[in-house]
Amino acid sequence: MSELGIVYALLGAALAVLLAGAGSAIGVGIAGQAASGVVTEDPSKFAKVLIMQLLPGTQGIYGLLVGFITLSKIGLIGGGAANLDPKTGLMILAACLPIGIVGLISGKYQGMTSAAAIGIVAKKPDQFGKAMLFPAMVETYAILALLISIIAVTGIQI
Amino acid sequence: MAVLQMQKISICALKKQRKAVLEYLQSIGIMEMTQEMEEDAAFEKMDTVSLRVSFEKAAGTADQALEILQQYVPKKTSMLSSLAGKDLVGNGDLKKIISRREEIYRAATRIVKENKEIADHKANIIRIENSMEGLKPWLKLDVPMNYPGTKKTSILIGTMPGDLSMENLYGILAECAPDITGADIEIIYKDRDTTYLTILCLSEEETRVEEALRQNGFAKPSHIVTKVPLKKKESYEKQIEQLNKMIEEIKERIVAADTYREDIRLLSDYYRVRADKYEVLGTLPQTKNTFLVTGYVPKEAFQKARGILENRYGCVVDAEEISEEEEPPVLLQNNKFSESAEPILESYALPKKGEIDPTTVMSFFYVFFFGLMLSDAAYGAIISIACFVLLKKFPRMGPMRKSIRLFFWCGLSTLFWGIMFGGYFGDVINVVSKTFFGHEVGIRAAWFVPLNDPMRLLIYSMAFGTIHLLVGLGIKGYMEIKDKKYLDAVCDVGIWYVFLIGLLLLLIPSDIFASIAGAQIVFPPAVNLLAKIMAIGGALGLLLMSGRSSKNFGLRIALGAYDIYNVTGWLSDVLSYSRLLALGLATGVIASVVNQMGSMFGDGILGAVGFILVFIVGHTLNLAINLLGAYVHTNRLQYVEFFGKFYEGGGRAFHPFKANTKYVDFKEETNQ
Repeated sequence: MSELGIVYALLGAALAVLLAGAGSAIGVGIAGQAASGVVTEDPSKFAKVLIMQLLPGTQGIYGLLVGFITLSKIGLIGGGAANLDPKTGLMILAACLPIGIVGLISGKYQGMTSAAAIGIVAKKPDQFGKAMLFPAMVETYAILALLISIIAVTGIQI
Repeated sequence: MAVLQMQKISICALKKQRKAVLEYLQSIGIMEMTQEMEEDAAFEKMDTVSLRVSFEKAAGTADQALEILQQYVPKKTSMLSSLAGKDLVGNGDLKKIISRREEIYRAATRIVKENKEIADHKANIIRIENSMEGLKPWLKLDVPMNYPGTKKTSILIGTMPGDLSMENLYGILAECAPDITGADIEIIYKDRDTTYLTILCLSEEETRVEEALRQNGFAKPSHIVTKVPLKKKESYEKQIEQLNKMIEEIKERIVAADTYREDIRLLSDYYRVRADKYEVLGTLPQTKNTFLVTGYVPKEAFQKARGILENRYGCVVDAEEISEEEEPPVLLQNNKFSESAEPILESYALPKKGEIDPTTVMSFFYVFFFGLMLSDAAYGAIISIACFVLLKKFPRMGPMRKSIRLFFWCGLSTLFWGIMFGGYFGDVINVVSKTFFGHEVGIRAAWFVPLNDPMRLLIYSMAFGTIHLLVGLGIKGYMEIKDKKYLDAVCDVGIWYVFLIGLLLLLIPSDIFASIAGAQIVFPPAVNLLAKIMAIGGALGLLLMSGRSSKNFGLRIALGAYDIYNVTGWLSDVLSYSRLLALGLATGVIASVVNQMGSMFGDGILGAVGFILVFIVGHTLNLAINLLGAYVHTNRLQYVEFFGKFYEGGGRAFHPFKANTKYVDFKEETNQ
């Protein structure tokens, strides 16, 4: 049974990447639909709405970040898988959950906020700075989750 | 760090000078017009609408001509050329254009007209092609479609619905007109649902044959061509050819008119500027012999202009200070470094009346945090070099110039933090040396590697954040002292300082902090006691003083208690700076993922090629994504956390009356 430790840990890394990545994909997708609408009307706003569309993309990066730290911690990259007991494995799995779940949910909602902010850019392009702020507010919670995930993963002793 | 002081001025001069005065004001571009028509019978306005409209139309025609020229003689514009800014045009060149304006305008109109002709010809071609399409089924017919027949015979030409064969047709004739002598049917063309045919019969039996066919859906063609269809087609083709030739000729003429392109650009701007001038002219209050211009000017910049106005144009200039209730437009002035952060402030809000311009303070934090978030020496160097090259290459860059310069500084800051944290394209040196040369070497971080010790960077991030926030609060205090609201400064800012510093001093020696920082910090007992006194004293002060505007004592205490609760806001604000760590790590980790992927091809030539490909694509993407992240989140830290402490904004931008050109800049006339 003791081999299960590494499985749990890998599951954690996978969840961090896939949940947060899925959240970003949903978010960027939602924002992209709004952005396409604006560009059909006014192609000159392309750069501005592209930036807006990319805002919900960071959750996926955070997930990747935690996944990568986890993989290198349990030794799946850079040589020899560590021998983990199931308890440590589950701890790593738990540590990966914040960024995974918060990434998924915040990614979606940041996407919706971005889509609304793209509406601001469409009507009042000079309010770009303020429009950018609303999606960035949602991201705060992804950053907090990332923080706890990083602290927890690096803090677990193998 | 300043909002330029504005002055309200009125210029009164003789009416015959008004165009000269307006032209001068437009060329120096330092005055925002605010014509308030006084309700006074002595003043009247000049009606300039028709002139203005005609100038705008001329500018529009010139723009149209330029678009057409661009369509037929495409001049390549690179992505970067939009940064190049407008060319500078001297007075001499402009004068030449003005003297030739009729000729150039005619050239522009001709181009527009010729383009319209091309459109007409093209529409004609389409029409002819449609007719040709209708003629297609009849091409095998070797008589004209209205051919009457010979002396004894008649010919019927028409269509029948459906895909019919000869047998079908003769069957129909035999059935519906059994008694006719005979008829010769020829199928000319068939498509899916129509059969095109001719029937040759005796003239006397024509009506009977036609009747028989008509019962089965025979119809004469709706469009009759009086020539043999094939001949007609040839003549159509000739017409198209001719039209195409004409189009080519016109195109050549348009291409030849490309020599006028620069002139038309100048002309368009000339008319645009004139239209603006006439718009203002139409708003000026005038009497029989004089006129009045009023508006806002920056005080210092106006001194020189004032002399010229008075001496050269004989104006009477009256300057007054801005009154209390007026909201003058806002123009910022900062040193060369901080100036580059002005667009960041502008995209939030300009300072409202009485607020100070926070650009200078913000610019240092901006560059500092930006570098910390991106924190890769190589990326920083790339950004700085790219911005530097752009700035050198396009010295006349437009409004983008400030932003590019800001990114130049941010790049330098990124370079600095990259060296501190040992990030050069992530860990590319280690990976390359290990993969291709067998033994690992690397540049050591000047400070420490965040990935190995994230808690340490977290604490520093929050420490930087605390400083940032306290500076913001300090600016609030400074503004209140400047406004002589000393009590507010003490209660809203002073007590908070005491309270927060007390809390900080309590926190640092605590176990929680020790577990995060990994080291116990022990203060001498006196400091601990002082911390307690400061925290409790500060809390008491807030409890008593924050609600001082309320007369009711109970409400006052409640408001005070609520204000103490704001300390949670401070906590979340400080935690928000953890994004400095998160984004900094993200850059480094993704960069090392890219390098790892590159090194998977192994060593040798193929490995090197694969590595270079992955390296270029991966790092370009990483740089782009993290550049965006650093930009957005640095802005957020300034807008939400920093400005939230003291800044409201809401000022109106200064829009001077100036030459608003589209293609070129007219040189300011300084030497006259």
